[in-house]
Amino acid sequence: MREDEVRTWVGDARTAFKAATDLDSLKTARLNHSGDKSPIALASRALGSMSPEDKASFGKIIGEAKADIATALATATALLEAERDRKVLLEEVVDITLPVNRAHRGGLHPISIIKNEVSDFFIEQGYAVQEGPELESGWLNFDALNIPADHPARTMQDTFFIEPVESGMVLRTHTSPVQIRTMLTQAPPIYVICPGRTFRADELDATHSPVFHQVEGLVVDKGITMAHLKGTLDNFASHMFGTGVTTRLRPSFFPFTEPSAEVDVFFNNRWIEWGGCGMVNPRVLATCGIDTDVYSGFAFGMGLERTLMVRHGITDMHDIVEGDIRFTRQFGVGL
Amino acid sequence: MLAPLSWIKEFVDIPAAVTAQEISEALIRVGFEVEEIIEQGADLTGPLVFAKVLSIEEITEFKKPIRYVGLDCGENETRFVICGATNFAVGDLVVAALPGAVLPGDFAIGARETYGKTSNGMICSARELGISDDHTGIMVFNADDVRIGSDAIVDLQINDVIFDIAINPDRGYALSIRGMAREVAGSLGLTFKDPVDALRGLEFKETGKGVSAKIADPSTASVFYLRTLSNFDPKATTPLWMRRRIEKMGMRSISLVVDVTNYVMLELGQPLHAFDRSKIKGGLTIKRAGKVQPFTTLDGQIRQLDPDDLMVCDDEKPLALAGTMGGATSEISETTTDIALEAVRFDPTSIAKNSRRHKLSSEASRRLERSVDPSLAEFASARFVQLLTAHSSAQHVATVVDGQPIYAPLVTIDPAKISAILGFDIAPKKVAQLLRVIGCDVDEKSFVVDPPSWRSDLLTTSDLAEEVARMIGYDKIPSVLPPRPLHATLTPTQKRRRAVATMLASRGLAEVQTFPFTNQATIDSMGFVGERAATYRVANPMSDEFPLMRVHLVPGLIEVAQRNMSRGAKDFAIFEMGAIFRSSKKLLPAISPELSKRPEEKLIEEIFASVPPQADHVAGLLVGKVENENWQGEPRDYSWADAIAFAQSILQLCNLEWTVARSDFAPWHPGRCAELIVDGKAVAHAGELHPRIVAAYGLPERCVAFAVALSALPQSHLVRPTTVGTMPAALQDVALIVDSTVSAQSVEAALREGAGDLLESIICFDRYDKIGDGKISLAFTLTFRAPDRTLTGEEVSAMREAATAVALAKCGAVLRTA
Repeated sequence: MREDEVRTWVGDARTAFKAATDLDSLKTARLNHSGDKSPIALASRALGSMSPEDKASFGKIIGEAKADIATALATATALLEAERDRKVLLEEVVDITLPVNRAHRGGLHPISIIKNEVSDFFIEQGYAVQEGPELESGWLNFDALNIPADHPARTMQDTFFIEPVESGMVLRTHTSPVQIRTMLTQAPPIYVICPGRTFRADELDATHSPVFHQVEGLVVDKGITMAHLKGTLDNFASHMFGTGVTTRLRPSFFPFTEPSAEVDVFFNNRWIEWGGCGMVNPRVLATCGIDTDVYSGFAFGMGLERTLMVRHGITDMHDIVEGDIRFTRQFGVGL
Repeated sequence: MLAPLSWIKEFVDIPAAVTAQEISEALIRVGFEVEEIIEQGADLTGPLVFAKVLSIEEITEFKKPIRYVGLDCGENETRFVICGATNFAVGDLVVAALPGAVLPGDFAIGARETYGKTSNGMICSARELGISDDHTGIMVFNADDVRIGSDAIVDLQINDVIFDIAINPDRGYALSIRGMAREVAGSLGLTFKDPVDALRGLEFKETGKGVSAKIADPSTASVFYLRTLSNFDPKATTPLWMRRRIEKMGMRSISLVVDVTNYVMLELGQPLHAFDRSKIKGGLTIKRAGKVQPFTTLDGQIRQLDPDDLMVCDDEKPLALAGTMGGATSEISETTTDIALEAVRFDPTSIAKNSRRHKLSSEASRRLERSVDPSLAEFASARFVQLLTAHSSAQHVATVVDGQPIYAPLVTIDPAKISAILGFDIAPKKVAQLLRVIGCDVDEKSFVVDPPSWRSDLLTTSDLAEEVARMIGYDKIPSVLPPRPLHATLTPTQKRRRAVATMLASRGLAEVQTFPFTNQATIDSMGFVGERAATYRVANPMSDEFPLMRVHLVPGLIEVAQRNMSRGAKDFAIFEMGAIFRSSKKLLPAISPELSKRPEEKLIEEIFASVPPQADHVAGLLVGKVENENWQGEPRDYSWADAIAFAQSILQLCNLEWTVARSDFAPWHPGRCAELIVDGKAVAHAGELHPRIVAAYGLPERCVAFAVALSALPQSHLVRPTTVGTMPAALQDVALIVDSTVSAQSVEAALREGAGDLLESIICFDRYDKIGDGKISLAFTLTFRAPDRTLTGEEVSAMREAATAVALAKCGAVLRTA
């Protein structure tokens, strides 16, 4: 056995491994050049019968040769495996553009979304969210708000009455009774908003619904002025309609506020009626037992449907009340 | 209210340069919403002349009557026109549009051949000229009023600006030209000439005995002027200028006497009523009707009077529904010569009640229920006498007065408080000046304010603050954020509601919001009975179809599902969150404590308690398939299990523990409805809808629904977690055979009980019902884990056997052998 002969085996093995075109032919080459019956294996087995000196020198040569062959095999295997993987993965290609999400698309009603949005905005401003019943005592819905029976102001709001009529129970015409409930049960300072469903006997048409939603705000604290009301409305308007959107106040009349104002918002290059507001009428504060020498307050109220319609360019109220899933789904969950 | 600019200008000198738009903006600034600026005559060009009808040739060969009319238009020869109206005769005076004229709607008049004749113009109706909606015929005029051939555009004062203004209920005084002119003057900083000034001290000679006037109860009226006139020639007609002003304000000319009452009301704001004196027996008294009786108002309607109705009566019977509408028996007629003219400052509430009880809102009641200037009874009735005697042969006989005007009290204010309300500094001098603009007398030393007679609404500093702000302009109020609390948060209930809605929405359900109304047929068809069917009734529902408040959310969801299906939707899921209104308590008569001071705590409690509880629910309806059909194949249908799973997901989201019971509960299938119980209380129901309901409402077969009583859910407890074990888990499967009537829940509970503390979880992984003999097989995986060691095989086997032993004892379960 000569050293150059061993080198030849290594060279042959390298050539054979390189020549293999796939893992199967590589296997054959491996068996031929490093298998049990390969020359190198036979030579390795023959070492046992050699003299100690020869064993040492040939052992080293054969060891190195085996290592070289193993390296060559590993290189070839890696190459061919990569080649195979490339082919297989290429064959396994799928059309990932197919429609895969077959889950029903849900969504929150846009009124819920805008209610959440308004609530979140005011919570960040330190206001609590107060709620109250929809079927409400007439005293809380009207009288306590300085709207006496037979006052023309009551006919401003076409009220749904509950039988027996003597009970004075009504479907609340605004969320203002929640303000009264709040002032009767909490001491100032009061910073709350009252979102909720309200009722007025208006026929359903493109811009009106007998069942609709309002959000009202109420602040009662020391030194509250109409300037604070204006500041709050400007802040609210720019949150709802976009930075820099401002409001305009116009004198108006509500029995529960004095002075009273209509709130307009300048949106899409025109003034749009948004809601009503004013300084809480001291008579209302007094009815709730709040000392008017110490405290003053403001209140405001907007229709959520109107806010939604103006902001999103919705032209027909029917879309909001009919419950067509195609309408609701467009709004997602308001994110 | 409609207000013609030409009339406003009589009391304010408005510079010609000020445009209608600027006047409108000035009104908006001080709180009067101008809904429309009507530019009358803007789309009308002449020639438009008065003409006398000389001849009428009736042309009869057409379907409708046609006239060929000869007109004297002040020209050299007779002009002939075709006319389709028939409400005029030879000798009448009419308005003719001559060729070259253009009427509203771009209607050009020219000579044209029609009906076999040449028509050289057109005889016009008020509507064709765009000055009224009256299209009953062409306009006919009195000979005294118009001149043949003169320009009708000028004489009819057609070119005018009319403001349509919304008047708030606290501003009764503005329902008059006097009131509007004052506001225009105040807002534009111009001088106002009060028409009442010319009426002060006006006296009429007494020539006989007048009808007596009496206010029976001073709480119903403060002052009653009754002026008697005689010698009226009923043929007298209304002057054209007066007629036109009345028409421009949306009323109709009726007769001279009635027109003068209306004219004065429009000018000053005080409603007047004229009686035919000959129909009055004795004197007039303002008093309550006292008993139920029929009464015919002058609109011809017979009304049943309420004993509380306020009436103007003679010695025998009621003659007028006070301040609302006159009666038929005493109205001014074509033969009336003697007149009794009533001007009263009525109590606004009494008039509001009259109007409300009889659903009769008149020009008079609208003003009186908003409070009328108490001084006006005198001045307006004087103005009536002045105008009627000037335009007819009528003579003043006598004036009788009962009562006297009561004015609003003085108000003492601190001008600094005005600044404090408005949020910016206003000098006391300025406050006084602005209050004078609206008619107050102000003593600048004491700041005692005497509000004007027409402002009975100015009672407090706040009221005056609004007036000051109005006159300064609301646009001067600065924009400042108030101090606010440092933080706030949603309540646990609000957070929970929002989380539940978001969870359902993100799991494919679309939220809907339905009207909370229903009817008995729906309640019955759902199978609701007893307290679940009892609800409140709306006294005046939008529609008689839905007079009741809803008792459940599912019917509304079904209606929405039907609507969606009718629009082509097939597979979908919807939910609604909101209140239901079961009548848990009888409603008692209203509690109405007095205002301006806090009611006693007991009363407040009673008011709160008088409002019935309105439970908050969430419900969902699952229709068709669980997923949309696409290339991946056909999805399965929603089943009872999905509905129960949604209900359980809601409880799980709220971190609550529950048990399940089968329930026969409307509107569900009695064999496929789960009741979820938390703390011993049923809080949710879910499953398949009753097949009868599914069929009745045309829903897809086996439609499923869930409903959870959110307000019945307890608050979740603070979580005290157990340590998470890191030792290996040991899994054991057991298959048990039980009677098919035995619930999975009970078997699981028995296994759980028997397995001991080291049982971590248990899952029912198979249910096999093809065994026969009324038996089924249930298979469970039990997972055991010890916190401190790896469990040995013997330990695990022992625990499994203990578990099956309890299942055997409690549920009759036997181990299933392969």
